[in-house]
Amino acid sequence: MSAPILAVEDLHVRFATPRGEVHAVRGVSFDVGRERVGIVGESGSGKTMTGRSILRLSPRNAQVSAKRMEFAGEDLLAASERRIRAIRGRRISMVLQDPKFSLNPVMRVGAQVAEAYTALRKGSKAEARERALDMLAQVRIRDPKRVYGLYPHEVSGGMGQRIMIAMMLIPEPELLIADEPTSALDVTVRMQVLAILDDLVTKRGLGLVFISHDLNLVATFCDRVLVMYAGRIVESCRASELADAEHPYTRGLLASAPRLDAPRERLAVLDRDPAWLGAAT
Amino acid sequence: MSALLAIDDLAVEFGEGKTRMRAVDGVTLAVAEGESYGLVGESGCGKSTILRAISGLNKGWTGSMRVQGESLQGRRTPAMHRQVQMVFQDPYGSLHPRHTVDTILGEPIAIHGLDDANGRIVRALDQVGLGRAFRFRFPHQLSGGQRQRVAIARALLLEPRLLLLDEPTSALDVSIQSEVLNLLADLRRERSLTYLFVSHDLAVVAHMCSRVGVMRAGKLVEETTVAALRAGEAEHPYTRRFVEASAGYDRGMARAFADLEEEERATP
Amino acid sequence: MSAVRPTLRAWLTADEAQSATQATLQGLWLGWLRFLRNPLAVAGLAVVVLLLLVALFAPWIASHDPYEQDLAQRLKPPSAAHWFGTDQVGRDNYSRVVYGSRVTLYIVFLVAVIVGPIGLLIGTIAGYAGGKVDAVLMRVTDIFLAFPGLVLALAFVAALGPGLVNAVIAIALTHWPGFARLARAETMIVRSSDFIAASRIQGASAARILARHVIPMCIPSVIVRMTLSMAGVILTAAGLGFLGLGAQPPSPEWGAMLSSGRRFLIGYWWMPTFPGLAIMIVSLAFNLLGDGLRDVLDPKSE
Repeated sequence: MSAPILAVEDLHVRFATPRGEVHAVRGVSFDVGRERVGIVGESGSGKTMTGRSILRLSPRNAQVSAKRMEFAGEDLLAASERRIRAIRGRRISMVLQDPKFSLNPVMRVGAQVAEAYTALRKGSKAEARERALDMLAQVRIRDPKRVYGLYPHEVSGGMGQRIMIAMMLIPEPELLIADEPTSALDVTVRMQVLAILDDLVTKRGLGLVFISHDLNLVATFCDRVLVMYAGRIVESCRASELADAEHPYTRGLLASAPRLDAPRERLAVLDRDPAWLGAAT
Repeated sequence: MSALLAIDDLAVEFGEGKTRMRAVDGVTLAVAEGESYGLVGESGCGKSTILRAISGLNKGWTGSMRVQGESLQGRRTPAMHRQVQMVFQDPYGSLHPRHTVDTILGEPIAIHGLDDANGRIVRALDQVGLGRAFRFRFPHQLSGGQRQRVAIARALLLEPRLLLLDEPTSALDVSIQSEVLNLLADLRRERSLTYLFVSHDLAVVAHMCSRVGVMRAGKLVEETTVAALRAGEAEHPYTRRFVEASAGYDRGMARAFADLEEEERATP
Repeated sequence: MSAVRPTLRAWLTADEAQSATQATLQGLWLGWLRFLRNPLAVAGLAVVVLLLLVALFAPWIASHDPYEQDLAQRLKPPSAAHWFGTDQVGRDNYSRVVYGSRVTLYIVFLVAVIVGPIGLLIGTIAGYAGGKVDAVLMRVTDIFLAFPGLVLALAFVAALGPGLVNAVIAIALTHWPGFARLARAETMIVRSSDFIAASRIQGASAARILARHVIPMCIPSVIVRMTLSMAGVILTAAGLGFLGLGAQPPSPEWGAMLSSGRRFLIGYWWMPTFPGLAIMIVSLAFNLLGDGLRDVLDPKSE
């Protein structure tokens, strides 16, 4: 593996709530190179908070601390708010679950993509349009000229998500954080979006952090898998070796999912061991 | 085996004039007594619309639907309401936020004037593995899985023959999903219920059902058995693609999908 | 006493409610705790409670008979004997302000009792039934909304004749459309939710769904809106009183007192000042209370 693009060591996220402090992320460490790293976990496992704290997008009442958080040799912890803004969206991009909430509903999608371009470099309108059409074609939108003039409510979920990815890719980021990018999509559409992300990593050398609740999807799509439980990484392995996972939580998750290829008489029920909350592996 | 539910040439239309669209287009299917039948398809294929038509929530349908030989057309009697119940996808929206579990479970009893409300509520809670401690809680004090258990208890209070399940576990975590699916399987066995199970997740439907109907754009494109699906014997190309996509990501397959769609668009 | 309090607190915050009453009270207790976090709302509540107490115990709180005239003592400035001074016929201003709280509460209470149920019923029926029923009910509402409130109230009072009860009726007539619109909007949101669908599948009648499911969801916002509009009601009532169309003399209504005191503003400042202050403080209090209740009751803010 080449030198990591992102290095996170001992990340903690705490929330001050009226009912006391909530420790959402408890000492998470991982590196991301030019590869697909999947972070899997159930709701409340801290996977989303981990992704957001990298871009300093955590809610106001969150306290983020870490021993080290470096992006391409730059210390993200010490970086000023200005510096983070310069990185966010240009060198690290983020794709969220539902494109409906990420696109401006009263602006044509093409114009939004073009705006992402002009926000970065000064260029003529025609140039921005050219570049936007080019990007739309790159995310395999068949008729970019037609799609350019559509409003967000006129495009399907899968198309919307591809447009979002096109927008995120205009600045040519080095790292993409995708938080459940395909969860709102139908299975067959999901494949196309994943294929685009796949190309970006293999052809353009992008680093990808893929956050998902779907263990099966992550196992088949990513290179490496981090399994999170209650704010900790309990399992870290190559995706191909997930079937031989060691932690009982990972094994329990694998056993509790119904599978098409392997019929089960009865689904295993996850027995949560309080000890998992304590020691990190 | 006699058909508990018989649907013949069902069509549901929404909207008026130019925006009129057929959500369900000539669907015919039969579910036998005691069977668990799965309807799969992607969003907007009309699978949930069928459930809403059977349950009486969608009124404007044509064709014929019969439960135990009795037509569902026109006004429904209380007895008909008791026969068909439904569990919804979103456990956060299907329970009244200001009612306690006790009030929620008491409602069907009050509507149908059943006796022994107290006993029925306690038994219903026990059956779905919640216990009495949950009786006086509000929905916001429950987890997603617990809420879905309450919704199942409510649906079963009227002792229906047919239970309509609309993506009952889609909003739940995998580990919670397995608990709810096991519960549903147990209840079906114990009470010899008939399920019509709608989901976009083929693996879940395959686990819960014996027969599957695959829907696309309002039409039932293929009816097959789960055994045939697992053996890769699906006939319709859409079903095959759906099965492949459900297995997980595969680079080569994703390419093939894109090409398939191009073809389909070219030949409408 | 100190032994009782912790157990009561434990009962109110216990994880598992043992009865329906306990569950309800627990909900109220949590709401109360949230309400206490807003000091302005607590101040508003305190003033409203004070108003209630003053109205209830007016005969003991007042120092004089509010109707008793004493021409020898007319137009006296505030003093130990007459805290708020006296008016042009020698009545004690303080006692009249105290008794005026009864009139104000009477108006507020009656308007609330008339307006709330009417607005709630019309709004929820229109919203739930939809179609023609909705169209007819909402056009009627629109007609009432098309008139400026005070002008409509003036027209009604002119037709019915001046007087407190007629003023209340006029105010109620001008206020219900807002509540109907609010209840309708809430109903439209609730109507399509799954818990209503579940009820329909169980065979619940429309009346049952309205009463048990829809109206309970609308009540919190109606209460909030009602509290907030009480300030307006008090001001309208005072306005009618001021114009001589509301409570009639010698009734100690704050608006009427303000009106009659206005002629004496120069030289006898205390006559209009104290009823004016009372109107201002009480309507402000209702506004603060309403804001606080919104934070507690509005499910969207939870």
